[in-house]
This record gives sequence, C-alpha cells and structure tokens, in this order.
Amino acid sequence: MKTVYFDNNATTKVAEEVLEEIKPLFCDLYGNPSSMHTFGGQLGRKIRRAREQAANLLVCDPAEIIFTSGGTESDNAAIQGALAASPNKRKVITTRVEHPAVLTACRQLENHGYTVVELAVDKVGWLDLAELEEELDDDTAIVTIMYANNETGVVFPIDKIAGIVTNRGIPFHTDAVQAVGKIPLNLSNSSIDMLSLSGHKIHAPKGVGVLYIKKGTRFSPFMVGGHQEAGKRAGTENVPGIVGLGKACELAAENIEQENSKVKSLRDKLENAILKECPDSRLNGDKDNRLPNTANISFEYIEGEAILLMLDKFGICASSGSACTSGSLEPSHVLRAMGVPFTAAHGSIRFSLSRYNTEEEVDYTIEKMPPIINKLRQLSPFVAK
Amino acid sequence: MWEYTDELKDHFFNPRNVGEVENPDGVGEVGSLACGDALKLTFKLDENGKIKDAQFKTFGCASAIATSSVLTEMIKGKTLEEAEKVTNKDIADYLGGLPEQKMHCSVMGREALEAAIENYRSGGKKKHELEGRVVCNCFGVTENEIERVIRENNLTTVEEVTNYCKAGGGCGGCQGEIEKTIEKIQGEKVKDTTAPKLRRGPKLTNIRKIQLIQQTINEQIRPALRAHGGNVELIDVDGNKVIVAFRGMCAQCMLAEYTMKDVVQARLREFVSEELFVEEDKDSAQEPHDHRE
Repeated sequence: MKTVYFDNNATTKVAEEVLEEIKPLFCDLYGNPSSMHTFGGQLGRKIRRAREQAANLLVCDPAEIIFTSGGTESDNAAIQGALAASPNKRKVITTRVEHPAVLTACRQLENHGYTVVELAVDKVGWLDLAELEEELDDDTAIVTIMYANNETGVVFPIDKIAGIVTNRGIPFHTDAVQAVGKIPLNLSNSSIDMLSLSGHKIHAPKGVGVLYIKKGTRFSPFMVGGHQEAGKRAGTENVPGIVGLGKACELAAENIEQENSKVKSLRDKLENAILKECPDSRLNGDKDNRLPNTANISFEYIEGEAILLMLDKFGICASSGSACTSGSLEPSHVLRAMGVPFTAAHGSIRFSLSRYNTEEEVDYTIEKMPPIINKLRQLSPFVAK
Repeated sequence: MWEYTDELKDHFFNPRNVGEVENPDGVGEVGSLACGDALKLTFKLDENGKIKDAQFKTFGCASAIATSSVLTEMIKGKTLEEAEKVTNKDIADYLGGLPEQKMHCSVMGREALEAAIENYRSGGKKKHELEGRVVCNCFGVTENEIERVIRENNLTTVEEVTNYCKAGGGCGGCQGEIEKTIEKIQGEKVKDTTAPKLRRGPKLTNIRKIQLIQQTINEQIRPALRAHGGNVELIDVDGNKVIVAFRGMCAQCMLAEYTMKDVVQARLREFVSEELFVEEDKDSAQEPHDHRE
C-alpha cells in the first residue's frame, strides 16, 4: 500500500539530494573536524559551507549560526543562555500555545523563582500585542514567542513583536521550527535576537538544528565542554547532520516559492473539499495568517484517534489534537487555549503537507475522508439518525 | 502509536451491533463529550429473560469503540444475572488485552452495562446516577467507582487508577485522596510498590527544614497545581507550622481547603517531616482579588 504522508509538521522525508551529500561522511570521511590531520580537518570546510548555506536561508552572517542537536536544544539553550546572561532578572514572557520544548522549559523556571507570563490567544489563535506591551518591564529577562504554531499553522507577526520587545532592551527569541522553509525570513532586517530551527522539519536528518544568535546578544553557553561552535555549544560536531542540514537549507531557499504556490494550492484544495464534503467540520486557526502547508480541521461528535486509525488503514498519515492520541486525558493545549469547545477539540485532525505531496494524494484523501467521518458519526451517540 | 491487538482492530474496523435496539428494555448512557468518550447501550430481553439483542453507540477512540462492540457480543444470550458478572477485566481479556492507558474504556463498558440493567429493573425510569461522593471533579468519578477499580483490578498506584477510570488525570487535585484510598484497600501491599518513603534522618535544622519544604513545594506540589492553572507559595515556617498561600486558580477554588490538606500537607509530611501541619495565609491569598473599598 502506498503511503500518503500528510504529517510533515511532525517530521519530513530526508531529501535525496541531502542523503547523497552525507553518505560519504559515515564510513569514508568520518574524521573529527577538530583534528590536526588533514583527514579530520578537511571536514571543517564542509561545516563552514553548511554554516553559509544556513545563513543564506535566514539572511544573516554565518558567524551567527550555531549548530545544535535540534529544535528542543536550541529552545532550551536560547532561554537558559539569555537567563544566565542576565542573572538579576526574574521574569520570562511566553505564550500559552508554545511547543512543549519552550513551554515546559519556561514552566520549570517557576521552580527556580522566576515569574513566567503565558500570554493568552483569541479564538483564531492570535495574540493581543497590547497585553504583551503591558507585561514588558525592567525585570523581564527574555521574551520567547513562536513564529508559527505547529498545530494550527497560525503565524504570529514576529518582526513586529521583536521590534516591540527589543525596543525595550529585552532579548527576544522565537521558535521558528515550523516557519523556516515555509515563510521567507530575513534576519538582517529583523530585531529577532535568537531563533531556533530544526533539521528534520526541512528534509534534513533528525538530531540536528540551529540556534541563530544575533551578534551582540548576551548569551551564556548551555552546553559546556570543548571549544566547538565558537565556544557557544560544546560537543564534537554532528558532521553528517550539519552537512545535511546545510544542503537542506539550500534546497529550502530554492523551494520556498513552491511552498507558497504548489503546496499551498494542494493544502487549499484538500481543506476546502473536506470542509465542504464533511458536515459539522470547522477550521481551527486564523485562515488568512497561516503556514501554507497546514490545515487543522475539527469534526464534531467524533474522536480524533478513531479518525486517524481509519485513515491509517488507507495509508494516509495525519495527526490529532485529541486526548486519546497523546495518552493524556485532555485534548491539545493549543486548541484549549483558543477556546475550541471540547466537542471539537477531541475530533481535530491536522494535515501538514510538503513539496513532495502530489495532487493525486490530495484527491485520494478527499475521496476517503467523507466515508470515514460518516462511518464514525453513525457510531456516535451524539448524532441523531 | 498504540499497540492494539488484532482482535481490537477487528472490532474497531468492523464493529458489531451498532445502533439502538427498538423499544429497548434497558438503556445505559455513560460518559460525555467533554470527557472524550461516551457510550449508549440498549438491550432487549426474550421471553426467558435472556438478552436477545444488544446494540451500542460510542463516541471515542478505537479502543472505546472496540470494547463497546465486544461488550454487546459478550452479553447476548446471557441472563441479566449472568451479564452482571462481566467485569472490565473480562472485556479487556476478550480483546487480548488493552494498553494500560486505555483500560478506562473497558471500565466504561462495564458501567454502561450496569446502568442499562439498573434502568431495566427500575422499569425504565432510572437513569444512571453517580453513586457516592465525587472525588475527581474533572471527570466526575466517585469514591465507589475508584474503590471498585482498585479492588477488581488489584491496582496499587495513582497512575493505574487514572488509567482505569480517569480519576486524577485532570487537575491532579484528588491524587492525594486516591493514594489514601489505595492504601486503605491494599494495605501493606502498596508499601512495597510505591515511591521511596520518607527520608528519616537526624533531626532537621531549621534552615534545612525550610529548604526541604521549599524544595518539596517546588518539585512535588507546584507541578500538580500548575496543571490546573493554580499555584502555591510558601509564606512562612513557624516551628512545625507551614504557612502557605494559594495563587491563580487555586485562590478561588472551592476545593482549596481539601487540596491544602490532602496534597500540600501530605506531600510535606512525606518528603520533609511527619510532624508538619499546614495553614493557609488567608490575608495574603485574598490580596490580588480584593475589590473591597
């Protein structure tokens, strides 16, 4: 059975071009770039190139790129690094809809005497910037707000937010794991101080990411040890990961136009057809300010895990914000923060596309979806005959 | 991804007896949309008092649907007395087992069956009612229900109880009481299986005691309250008296007094000293919400 992969916000296929680049780095060119011999030392050049490729995508200086083990490490390093650099400030501002990599890291700070402010969102997932401005004060050590939401795809006006925050002299970090490669970024024109990205969301392997640190940002290293990454992140470089991430950044820059034309039109086709063909379905999140690849749709009166398993039978991969899929008993914190009623939150499905998806796959899913919804509705005690 | 058995998948993809029996003799409805699963069971008896037909409608995940389907198959042909003996474990066993976190689905099946039988015996009048005091307010689970899942499934930890009947899985405020219920029923057995108990050491110095209290609040108590938008702050320590103030949602919560004793005090006694008792600093708690002139 063919796999139809619509779960690209969870992880992506490694691009063939990326795999080709990294193949020789396991058994042939396996040296340590810090070594004095040519065999290892030559890899330093490859890393330098990867750094340039990443800098090109973000439009920044290569010296501002720090390679990490992924999005979660980048987020933790940014937050901890900023706090360590301002040890007397005790307040952190974030939002209720962050990825757990940020939210859990912030909540844990409360145990160490920090005040953590989680900004609320409205029913389409938007922040109130006036509320943010009110919260900013001299005690604020860092503001961390995601670029685009992983569940709904809602995009925050990050350049504007960064301007507001940094004007007050407060460092600003954004988790841009979902935004990179889908929205054109230009960090040379932005006030963003730190930005996280993850390799495996942009067709590089898992286990590698970037933390962008703008020149002049006060930052204290999170991982300490050797002198790698200009002393900002210790640990022998993940050479294949970094080289793969570099290549993936190059491809992302080439394909960003396609993300906003081809991928977006496929997503729109899928979304419009499902909303039209399935009664009592609704879109979650602001329709107009969203990633071009994400559709989060709620189906009332039925449960998300059951929908996913029915889709799985046809080889269609998606994900859900229902309680049952996570093993917790409550549905997605993002949908709850948006005030999506329980009836709809339990039955939410996220489709996230990539440039590798085809119209055929979209048509196939459009064909399979209504009978699945219909079958589960027939089972539901909340639907009249 | 859950590991579901082939039997479970079969009953999910090809559910048996879907629908509602016409002119049913018994109707049982349990669960709700908010809880994430709900089941309506209807049955009809034949002239010998055996279940002739049973049908279900379920809102929920794959295991909720499969356990409902299996339940209808299991009770068909049985008298009510025989059907009553079906336990949640029987339902799970019939499917070749359920993932631990999904055991509550089998409990929901058994509850719906009981509700339907009760409805029949009351001449169709009685709807399912919660019996006993509600312990878990998030999911509406009563003391009786918690005691029952502990006994029938030989549960020894709060986590297991949550997996079997959801109690304790929301705000976590009732976890202290669930722990006590487990201890009451299982007695000595739990002592061996629960987390390391009280560190008994030399007498605590005042500084060490305050440090331990703060640490326990930070690590053991606050995360549970946080999950529900609440918080607690240490105000002072006076001998063995610990004065705390509730913040956030806890400050207005009706259950705060209960949380105080059964969560805050219980944890402090467990991790610091059995001699501690906790008092709420009322003045401080009201401060942020005081709108009096």
